[in-house]
Amino acid sequence: MPTAPHPEWHLARDEKVSAAKLHATQYLVVIMLAVLAAGMWRLQIVGADGYRLLAEANRIRKQPVLAPRGKIFDREGRILVDNYPSVSCFLLREQAKDLQADIPLIARGLDLPVEQIQATVRRYASSPKYEWIPLKQDITQDEQAFIEAHRNELPELETQDDQRRLYPRDGFAAHLIGYVGEVSEEDLNSSKFAFYEPGDVVGKSGVEETYDAILRGTDGSRDVVVNSRGKEIGQPIRQQLAIPGHDLRLTIDLDLQRVAEQAMEGKNGALVAMDPHTGEILAMVSRPTFDPNQFAVRLTKSYWSQIVNDPNHPLMNKTIQAQYAPGSTFKIIMSLAGLEEQAAQDMHVMCNGGATFYGHFFACDHHHGMVDIEHAIPWSCDTYYYTLAEKLGIDTIAKYATEVGLSQKTGIDLPDEASGTMPSTAWKMKTQHDKWYAGETISVGIGQGAVQATPIQLARALSGIASGGVLKRPHVVFPDELPPDMASAIAATFPGSGDRTIPITPDNWQTITDGMAQTMLPGGYDTGAAVRLEGIDFAGKTGTAQLVNHSIGGNNLLTGNARANAWFVGMAPRRNPDIVVAVLVEHGGWGAEASAPLAAQVVNAFVTKQRKREGNLLQVATPKPEQPKPAPVPTGAGE
Amino acid sequence: MRRFSSFRDFDWMLLTLVLLTSVLSVLEIRSATLNTRFHGYAGKQIGFLLVGLLLMFLISFVDYHRLVEIAPWAYAIGVLSLVAVKLVGTSVMGGKRWINLGGGVHFQPSEWVKLILVLAIARYFWGLAGRQLTWLDIAKAFAMVGVPMYLVLKQPDLGTALTYLPILVSGLFLGGIKPRQTAVLLLLFTLVGGAAWLSGKRPKGYQMARITSFINPDNDPRGTGYQIRQSLIAVGSGGLWGKGTNQGTQTQGDFLPIPYTDFIFAAFCEEHGFVGGMGILLLYFLILTRLIQNAQQASDMPGAFIVMGVVAVVLFQIVVNIGMVVGLLPVTGIPLPLMSYGGSSILFTFLALGIVMNIRMRRFVN
Repeated sequence: MPTAPHPEWHLARDEKVSAAKLHATQYLVVIMLAVLAAGMWRLQIVGADGYRLLAEANRIRKQPVLAPRGKIFDREGRILVDNYPSVSCFLLREQAKDLQADIPLIARGLDLPVEQIQATVRRYASSPKYEWIPLKQDITQDEQAFIEAHRNELPELETQDDQRRLYPRDGFAAHLIGYVGEVSEEDLNSSKFAFYEPGDVVGKSGVEETYDAILRGTDGSRDVVVNSRGKEIGQPIRQQLAIPGHDLRLTIDLDLQRVAEQAMEGKNGALVAMDPHTGEILAMVSRPTFDPNQFAVRLTKSYWSQIVNDPNHPLMNKTIQAQYAPGSTFKIIMSLAGLEEQAAQDMHVMCNGGATFYGHFFACDHHHGMVDIEHAIPWSCDTYYYTLAEKLGIDTIAKYATEVGLSQKTGIDLPDEASGTMPSTAWKMKTQHDKWYAGETISVGIGQGAVQATPIQLARALSGIASGGVLKRPHVVFPDELPPDMASAIAATFPGSGDRTIPITPDNWQTITDGMAQTMLPGGYDTGAAVRLEGIDFAGKTGTAQLVNHSIGGNNLLTGNARANAWFVGMAPRRNPDIVVAVLVEHGGWGAEASAPLAAQVVNAFVTKQRKREGNLLQVATPKPEQPKPAPVPTGAGE
Repeated sequence: MRRFSSFRDFDWMLLTLVLLTSVLSVLEIRSATLNTRFHGYAGKQIGFLLVGLLLMFLISFVDYHRLVEIAPWAYAIGVLSLVAVKLVGTSVMGGKRWINLGGGVHFQPSEWVKLILVLAIARYFWGLAGRQLTWLDIAKAFAMVGVPMYLVLKQPDLGTALTYLPILVSGLFLGGIKPRQTAVLLLLFTLVGGAAWLSGKRPKGYQMARITSFINPDNDPRGTGYQIRQSLIAVGSGGLWGKGTNQGTQTQGDFLPIPYTDFIFAAFCEEHGFVGGMGILLLYFLILTRLIQNAQQASDMPGAFIVMGVVAVVLFQIVVNIGMVVGLLPVTGIPLPLMSYGGSSILFTFLALGIVMNIRMRRFVN
């Protein structure tokens, strides 16, 4: 398009920009682009591998896939511990813009104290940034909504579906089952927890602890591709499925456990029922109890302090951890020792409400008159057993007590079993560097003095004696349902007197069990008559054990908190029993009044259920192989 | 006498190079926005390119002398439009840079002022007719660039304001500034700048953050440092051959910030590697070389000044943008010519090219 020339243009038409300057510019272009090319070389050729890793770290996020924990059932397959779906909130530090600044908002949204979040973050300060920090478990729907609504402001919050433990309510079987919780820092430092990571949920007591290795399963993981906002895009590039935990069938009978729980309601103490043929625990109750559901999520400070400050020790499983003088229940073992040593058979003791030994008077509850072994057991005559103890001597008593499992752990598959104490000359020399005085033996004869036993030990000892010397390791999980390596690991982890057979002369064994059956019958001085079960061959032995150093002063200590511990051990039927029950009621007073009725309820429930089932299955098959009966049972029980 | 300018003299070579770059740009914009809500941007970019081409052809028929003549008026209007932005402009992302013309069309005067400044500087130095530059001449040139620059800086738009500088530098350089004068100016700037820094008049807010995070990107991995870091990861992880079209994890995963505008070169390098990135640099080299050739062949001084002004702006933007992307320079927010998505940038580039075409077509016109 031609345009009219401007007059001035001609003035400057000879002026040209110097070629040198244009060449200089050309060089400048080359230099500049070369510098840029060098910058690209540095990143794309020299640093490529490093940046490739960074790019991968950017887009690939490792997500844990939590393995559901194994469920726990009773012996008949009824569920005891289930899982329920819940949502947990995690903190992803590498996503945070300014974590410290966000903490107050997070605290508000998740209803957590600011200090708690800060403490959690500090706790993970040394772990890699990409690691998920568990912030809060089992969050509410409102809290989930908060996280969703603050995706942009708080990209560091992430939720994850989770399975949580659902325990029976009201602390039902809480001590037996135990509870789970986040693995603690101290635990992580020990070799036992070498394979655990922070935030892992781990069994903290009871079956949950013992069988944690198989209950927990194996967590899987997924490598997912995410965008810059952490949103998953595309398919996971690597996926390792979670292996669910092994379900566990307990030896507990839910029906029996229920009866036992009800029987123990409102009391302090323990009740354990076991099958003497196998050592299977049928019911296990400890009181007071606690709510394991409170432990399964985050434990509140108030609940924790309430639990640990309770003088009655709700967390203690008293069936295996309470060590008390067994009182008159020890007379079963005394009788065994006396009969096996041929000392008791022909021993006749005149009871005038006590007797004097080594210059001290030792009292008895009644003036029993002339007492022999057949009467000593049902009448629980102290004078008889003082005399027997003096005759036998402490080391003989200790020998038999140890043979039936006292002063050793039974080896039950539950954590922190106590072993109790059985005094002897060697024991005293070892613990007190002093010789044994014969006078000390007298009170041992009635289960006082230094003798201490747990309910499970007494249950097992009685089981062994009533089964003709066959002692079984008590257990709450069927060993043959475990993977073999787990079964042997359990046996190794819980050493104890285990399965063993001790020789007992059949006559002696009959004498003892008959005596215990007689205990429950009305007449004379029989101590357990009040709890007799009509139509059931229920045999037992009561115990009323003083708490302070044994002073023979009658019943003046049977009041208030200093009241004696009430014991009862019983079984049905009397020989080769199908069930043995041990009951301890702390400060319960008389064993016959406080403990024996509780055992009777359990035994009654057991026999009733057994009979009903046998009636139902009459046409089919006997559910249990017939136990060899060494002798016909005299029908003294009034069946 | 004067020959008719014809399409035979049109710079087809330059146009081919420019279109080749534009095609790569559209493809990369498409890839970078594939899975985002911006997935229509490649199409819009084609629209901008078509409009740009049309304007380029139209303006290439306008005698550039006419443009030089009206430059003072255009300058006045340009400055006024910048003032207008200040008064009635639309705020987008913290900066008042646009005037809404209605119908979804936003006009960014600072881009046009760039072109106006190229013409105004050409006219100014032509007016000096090649004589020795006095300090007054230099001061006037500074004032000429300084006024619009100040207005744009206040929008605030540091990036665009900075692109006015190379126009001034190229004018002074070609206008014959003496080495001694250059040295004095550099010394002066150093002193003034240093004094300002020491007296506490430092860049504020995001500009300062950009500088500090340039020095240490890991300092602030989620803020400005995040952008640099992600850009370096994108470029570096591209390696020699790149991850392939639509395969850039940094780009596709939205880790790379605005991968269709300021960081498009990072996206391209991630997906097409060092080889692809060098290809783009080669295209720029050829385009700039061709432009310099055109400046050499320009029939008069204003023509050469205009072409070299364009060269200066384009080179500056390339260096600052790619320098930022590969971590050699701080983040400034300057688009990459012919690559970054955006209408204003394209229109500037193609109008500038149109004028260059006209200068070339008139190279034998006397």
